[in-house]
Amino acid sequence: MSLVRFLNVAKEYARGGVALSHASFQLHKGEFAFLTGPSGSGKSTILKLIYMEERPTAGDVWVSGVSAREASKHEVSMVRRHLGIVFQDFRLLEDRTAEANVAFALEVTGTPSDMIRTRVARALTQVGLASKGTAYPRELSGGEQQRVAIARSLVNDPFVLIADEPTGNLDERATRGIFQLLRDINASGTAVIMATHDLDLIRRTDYRTIELNHGRLVFDSAETPPTPKESSTVAPSHHDENPI
Amino acid sequence: MMALREAFSAFRRAPLLSALGVITIAFSLFAFGLFGLVAINIRDALRSLENRVEIRAFIADGTPVEASSAAMGDIHAFPEVLSVTYVSQDDALIRARKELGEFSDVFEAGVLPASLDIKLKPGYRDPTTVMAVANRVKSYDFVDDVRYGEDWVTKLYRLRTIATLVGTGLGLAFAAVAVIIIGATIRIMVMARAKEISIMRLVGATNGFIRLPFVLEGFIQGIMGGLLALGLTWATSTTINHSFMRTVFFDPALATLGVICGALIGLLGSTFAVGRQLRRL
Repeated sequence: MSLVRFLNVAKEYARGGVALSHASFQLHKGEFAFLTGPSGSGKSTILKLIYMEERPTAGDVWVSGVSAREASKHEVSMVRRHLGIVFQDFRLLEDRTAEANVAFALEVTGTPSDMIRTRVARALTQVGLASKGTAYPRELSGGEQQRVAIARSLVNDPFVLIADEPTGNLDERATRGIFQLLRDINASGTAVIMATHDLDLIRRTDYRTIELNHGRLVFDSAETPPTPKESSTVAPSHHDENPI
Repeated sequence: MMALREAFSAFRRAPLLSALGVITIAFSLFAFGLFGLVAINIRDALRSLENRVEIRAFIADGTPVEASSAAMGDIHAFPEVLSVTYVSQDDALIRARKELGEFSDVFEAGVLPASLDIKLKPGYRDPTTVMAVANRVKSYDFVDDVRYGEDWVTKLYRLRTIATLVGTGLGLAFAAVAVIIIGATIRIMVMARAKEISIMRLVGATNGFIRLPFVLEGFIQGIMGGLLALGLTWATSTTINHSFMRTVFFDPALATLGVICGALIGLLGSTFAVGRQLRRL
């Protein structure tokens, strides 16, 4: 079952030029996909199109059957309630505790307060921060802050978790921890699409890899037979041209 | 309910920013309030002058009392007329002696004619109406002459017109400046919370849901700013009363209107600022 479907999608900005062209792919239930490519290749644009921050200039994107071209503002809000979104810069509210940051996602969707406490505790436990619920973001490490952000994205039981360079600001150890967490989330049935520059992370797994270059989808491992792990740097020629 | 809780918790989370909003609204409205205070005192002074606008119809000697009494009834029935008073020759003498104290010996009994003193209702004291009523009164046979201080009424009316125009112009300018300053402050406050708004959107909050706490917060700040401005204006008025001169303060309806204006400016300012922010994100 396809949760996200791109069909001949193009995105052009009035001042920024073409960010994406002729992109077609599908993301299925329970799938884990890496989105990779050099800076400016269109990774973030694809993610923004999924959470409908941007609308396609041509083609269309369907998220859970809702067309990005036709969705009303209200429909966009409803779609986002079923998506978990995680960013490189965490985007936590500094003046609220970890618990309050996670609860925020439920409060704005009108969840009853008695349910909020239970679900927040569950989400924080899931990311391994059950004991740090009362800490403020400034009191947490980068890795822990990203875990809070992931807990916030999970608390609404999303069907897709969108991660835009979630390990970009983290050290090696924290990166491994966050990646393992995303794998666990995926193992529990949530589809994950993760934009990353980290080729080591990609090499370490057999997950699907979608590579972009200059706004074009140049490689999709779901459509290309896998190559042996050692040489599989997902279209080496592109990396050579654009070292990450 | 969550919107109201969020609106109040914004005061707790960012007390300085919230205080800045309240103080900006308060001082902008205070400046407007001071102008209002000056305006209503000028209006009050002009009104007390207007109250002195009077038509005096001098009655011919030997006019029967019945004739002047009947005319009084007629004149009182004019829509413009507030009151008609019969002033006998003796009363006229007493009044003249009283008004011109040092020349009181000049007047002798029977020198001054009896008169009908006619006061007009507010709104009918402009030169044209005064002259029209004077002409109608003059048409009575027993009326020798009619005086109403034509030059004085014309000057007074012109002064009132100028005061109204200048007052309205300055009032609008003051109001515009207040709205611009308050609007800019609210916008800065909303922009300071742009991250919060963007996160709310990302987790699926509808625009209406995002807007509501900000609108309520603006409304509450507007009420607080309005009350503070009212207090400052009252303190200023009281100080002037005690130290310089007697002044008139806003009546309760006008004072309430001022606070409501503050609340509305806060509410509308927040609505526009959040709307703008939502369009930007």
